[in-house]
Amino acid sequence: MIRCKTSKEISGMGHSMKRKEDDRFLQGKGNYVDDIQLPGMLHMDIVRSPYAYAKIKSINTEAALAVPGVIAVVTGKDLEQYNLHWMPTLMSDTQMVLPTDTVMYQSQEVAAVIATDRYAARDGREAVMVEYEPMKAVVDPYKALEPDAPVLRSDKEGKTDNHIWHWEVGDKDATEKLFNEADVVVKEQMHIPRIHVSSIETCGCVADYDKVENHLTMYMTTQAPHAIRTVIALVAGHVGLTEEKVRVISPDIGGGFGGKVPVYPGYVIAIAVSFLVGKPVKWVEDRSENLQADSFARDYHITAEMAGTKEGKILGTRFKILADHGYTDAAANPSKFPTGLFSIGTGSYDYGTAYMEADAVYTNKPPGGVAYRCSFRVTEAVHAIERITDRFAMEVGKDPAQLRMENFIKKEDFPWKSPTGWEYDSGDYHAGLKLAMDTVEYDKLRVEQAEKRKNGELMGIGISTFTEIVGAGPSKDFDILGIKMFDSAEIRVHPTGKAIARFGTKSQGQGHETTYAQIIAEELGIPAAHIQIEEGDTDTAPYGLGTYASRSTPTAGAAAAVAARKLRDKAKKIAAYLLEVSEEDLEWEPGKFFVKGAPEKVKTIQELVFAAYTNHPQGMEAGFEATHYYDPPNLTFPSGAYICVVDIDKETFEIKVRRFVAIDDCGNIINPMIVQGQVHGGLTQGLAPAMYEELIYDEDGNILNGTLMDYLVPTAVESPSWETGHTVTPSPHHPIGAKGVGESPTVGAPPAIANAIVDALSPYGITHMDIPITPYKIWKTLKAKGVIE
Amino acid sequence: MIPAPFDYAAPATLAEAFSLLEQHGDEAKILAGGHSLIPMMKLRFASPEFLVDINNIPGLSHIKEENGYLKIGALTRETELDESEVIRSKYPIFTDASKLIADPQVRNMGTVGGNIAHGDAANDHPAVMLALRAEVDISSSEGTRSVPIDEFFYGFYMTAVQPHEILTEIRIPIPNGKTGNAYHKLERKVGDYATAGVAVQITIDDAGVCTYIGIGLTNVNPVPLRAVRSEEVLLGQKVTDELIKEAAKYASEDCNPSEDLRGDEAYKRSMVNVLVKRIIHKALERAHA
Repeated sequence: MIRCKTSKEISGMGHSMKRKEDDRFLQGKGNYVDDIQLPGMLHMDIVRSPYAYAKIKSINTEAALAVPGVIAVVTGKDLEQYNLHWMPTLMSDTQMVLPTDTVMYQSQEVAAVIATDRYAARDGREAVMVEYEPMKAVVDPYKALEPDAPVLRSDKEGKTDNHIWHWEVGDKDATEKLFNEADVVVKEQMHIPRIHVSSIETCGCVADYDKVENHLTMYMTTQAPHAIRTVIALVAGHVGLTEEKVRVISPDIGGGFGGKVPVYPGYVIAIAVSFLVGKPVKWVEDRSENLQADSFARDYHITAEMAGTKEGKILGTRFKILADHGYTDAAANPSKFPTGLFSIGTGSYDYGTAYMEADAVYTNKPPGGVAYRCSFRVTEAVHAIERITDRFAMEVGKDPAQLRMENFIKKEDFPWKSPTGWEYDSGDYHAGLKLAMDTVEYDKLRVEQAEKRKNGELMGIGISTFTEIVGAGPSKDFDILGIKMFDSAEIRVHPTGKAIARFGTKSQGQGHETTYAQIIAEELGIPAAHIQIEEGDTDTAPYGLGTYASRSTPTAGAAAAVAARKLRDKAKKIAAYLLEVSEEDLEWEPGKFFVKGAPEKVKTIQELVFAAYTNHPQGMEAGFEATHYYDPPNLTFPSGAYICVVDIDKETFEIKVRRFVAIDDCGNIINPMIVQGQVHGGLTQGLAPAMYEELIYDEDGNILNGTLMDYLVPTAVESPSWETGHTVTPSPHHPIGAKGVGESPTVGAPPAIANAIVDALSPYGITHMDIPITPYKIWKTLKAKGVIE
Repeated sequence: MIPAPFDYAAPATLAEAFSLLEQHGDEAKILAGGHSLIPMMKLRFASPEFLVDINNIPGLSHIKEENGYLKIGALTRETELDESEVIRSKYPIFTDASKLIADPQVRNMGTVGGNIAHGDAANDHPAVMLALRAEVDISSSEGTRSVPIDEFFYGFYMTAVQPHEILTEIRIPIPNGKTGNAYHKLERKVGDYATAGVAVQITIDDAGVCTYIGIGLTNVNPVPLRAVRSEEVLLGQKVTDELIKEAAKYASEDCNPSEDLRGDEAYKRSMVNVLVKRIIHKALERAHA
C-alpha cells in the first residue's frame, strides 16, 4: 500500500489531495483559447479540399470578398511571396501551409478567409470558388509502394517512389536462423487502425502581432509552448520574428493526447495574417475539421511473428511494419526515432533474439502519426507483442496466463537489457499478473467459460501484460529538432513561506497544478495548498519540451524534486546558523529541521524561508529560489497486468465487457486519486480503438466517418466499470521513484480486449481479428467462415 | 453553431404561426426541439431562411388518455415520455424507445412530434407509431385533419405535413385485453441511429390467439416500414415459436436496407430477423405479465 511520509496538511506524495485546478474547471471558469477576446480581433475560417488528390485550376475569391465583413482571402500564392507556403514537420519532412497548385488529401487547407466576425468568415468560406482537376488518389499503403504507383511527392526533387524511410533494429541474421530452426512459429497480419485523438477542445489560436513593438503574442492550444516559440523564431526569424520578440501562451487546454504537439497550417496562416495586418487573428477549428484534417495516430500494418518451443518458451520475435504516414511524415517523435519507441515491442518476456523493421510510405491521406496518449508508437508495439503472445499460447495449447508467468523477466533480473537495446529499470511482472488474476478470480472464470462453451455461449478472457517506456529522454539519444529532451522546474518561495513554481511542461488535464505542488511539498514540507503552479507562458516559465509521452513526471517532476532538494540544502544551512549547531547535527522531518537528540530545538521551513529574506548568514545569497533542468539518466519502464472478460451475444454479436481489471505499476505514486482518474480515462481511450474508433477512407480517399455521428468515440455508457489496482516497483534512477502512468492504460487495454474477444470466438477457429472489433465485423468473419448463414 | 443567416420568430399562438408559415412557404422551417434541424443547419445541409419557433405556443405538450385514445401533444419532450406514469405502466414501448434516443441532453429538448415530422426512417418513433397504428393531427389555418400513420410517411424526409401546416397531436387507440408492446434497436454506441430497430404491439386472447399485431421497423427501409406480411402471419393465429420465426423471416425479406458503415444489406436483414423474434417475445411476455 501507499505510505505517506507527510501529514495530510502538507499533502506530499501519496495523498489523494483534491485537484487544485478543479475549482475553476468545475465552475466553468477555465480560460481556453476560444475564450480570449482582444480588441479589433479578426476571425479566420479555412476553405478545405473536397478531393484527396487534385490540381487546383483556379481560386475565385470575388464572391467571398463581397460577403459583408470579409476583408481578405489568403491563398498559397499569397504566402509564396513571403516564402511561407511551406513549413517543416517535426520529422524534418515538409508540409504545405497552403497549396499553390495541388491538394494532397481531403480536407487539406486550400485558402483562408479573414473577416471581422466568425459568422462572416464562415459565410466567406462558403463563397470561395475553387476549380479542381481531380486525380486518382493513392489510398492503400501497399499499393503506394507498387512500381506503377504515381509519385505523390513530386515537389521533392529526384523523388521516384512513395517510400519515406526504412528503419530496423535487432539481429536480422540471428532472428532468421532462430525462426528457421524453431519448433513453433506463429504469424499474424495486424492493422493498428488510423484513429484520432478527438480531444474535447479542438485546435486553435489567437495570433496577436503588435507592429509598433514588433512583438508576437501567440495564444495557442499547444502541449509544447517553448518548442513552438523556437520553431516560430526559426521559421519566421527572416521577417523579424526573432525569439525574444515571440511569446507563446498556452492557456487551459481541453485535452491534448498528442494531437496538440504538431504545428498545423492554421496556426501559421493566422500568424502570417496578423503580421501583415497588425491585428489579432483568431482561428478555432470546428469539430469536423479537427477530425478530418488534424494529425491522425497509429495506422501501422504489422506482420508479427513469434518463435518458441513446443513447451511454450518464447525464443524470439520478428515484426515487419508498413507505416502509412499520409501526405507527409508529420509524426511527433524524437528526431532519431522515426518509429518512436516501437522497439519496446519485445515486451515483458525474457528472450534474447528479435528483429524489427519498418518502412514508411506516403498516401493521399491527412499527415501525421502523432503519439495519441502513447510514448511514441508504444501502443502499436504492445498490441503486436501481446496479440502474438496469445497466438503462441493458443498454438502450444497453454493457458495464456500460465505462458506469460513462465516467460516473464524475473524481478531479480533488472536492470534488464532487451534484445533491441533498452535497459529496463525495474519491474515485478509476476506480482502484477498474480494480483490481476486474484482480483478477477481467473481460475473460476476459466471453469465458467468451459461450462458456457458446452452450451454454445461465447465468453472470452483476455490478458495483456505490457511494459511501457516513458519519460523521454536522456540527452544522448533524445532531441526534437536538435533540442534535448530535458525538462525544467523553477521554485520561488516567498518570505512568508508560500511558493510559486513554474515548469517547462503544460498540463492538458493531467493535474500538474496539484501533483507538482505535492512533489515540492514532499521535499520541502511546505503544504501543497501553499504552492502555486504555473506553466504555459514562455515569458515566465523555464524552457522545457512540454507534456506528452508520459514525460512530465519523469522529467519535470524530477526537476521539481531536485530543485526542492537544493532549497532544502539551503534551509539546512540557515537552520544550522540559527540553531548554532553544525549541519551534521541536524535532522529533517517534513517541514522542519531539528537538532538530533534535542527535538525542542527546531526551525520550521517557514521560519527558515523567512530568515532567508530577513536574517540570512553572512556570505550566503539572500532569497529562496532554485531552478533545475533535469536530464534523465534513463527512461522509466512502467508496466501493467490487465485482464478483460467479455460476453458476446451469439445472434447479434454485441460485445459486453463484463469485467476489466487493470493492475498498474507506475513506481511511486504522487496522488492516487489522480492516477486512478488517469487510468480510467486511459482505459476508455483504449476501449475506443479496440471496439469503436477507426478513421475510414474509401478508395478515392474520401473520409467516410468525418463527424462524431460516425466516428464512434465511446462514452460512459459503453465503458465498463473499470477495476483498478497497483503494485509499486519504484524506478531506481528517478529522484522520487516515479515512472509516469498517463498512457499505460491506453497502451495496455486494446490487446486485453482483443485477446478476450478472440478467445471467445476461438471455438470457431478464429486466431486473430483486427481492431476495432465490432459486432458487424464478427458477423462478417463468421459468415465468411460459414459458421452462420 | 455557425449556420447560414436566417430570420426567426417565436409566435405565441397557432394562428400567428400559421400566418408566418403561409407568408414564408417553402423557405420556412418549424423549430420544435431543434435536435434534427439544428445539426443540419450547423453542417449547412439545411439553410432555411426563416425559423418559426413553436415552443411558446400553449396546448401542444401533453400526455393523456381520453375518449379511447392516448393523446400525445406534438411538443411533448422525450424526457416527459420517460417520466410519465401512464406511459411507464401501459406503454413501455415508448420508454424502450425514448431511452435509446440520443442522450439525456437531446431528450430534454427533442420532441415526439419532431421525431416523426422530420420524416427520417432512422428516427425511432416512426416505427413505434406504425406498430401502434397512431393517427396524426395536422393543423393549419384551414383547420385540423387527421392522417393515419400508414399514410403519413411519403419518402426521404417527406411526410403528409405541408409547408403551411403544423403537426399538433398524435393519437393512439388504447389497446384492450391482454396486450404488450416493446421496442429495441441495435446501435453501434449510445446516441447512434439504429443499425436496425423493431417496434411491436401485440394483443392476444385467452386462448393465445393473436387479435392485434403491429410491427414497425427502424432504419432498414427508405421510409419507415410496417412489416405487413409478418403481421398477417400472426394475426388470428395461436402464437407459436414457429410462427414468430416465420414472421421474423418475412420482415427480414420485406425491408430494404441500404449499406452504410453500420453494415451491409445482408447483415441488416439478419439483424431484423433476430430483433423481430426477440421483440415479439418481449411484447408477449409483457402481455402475459
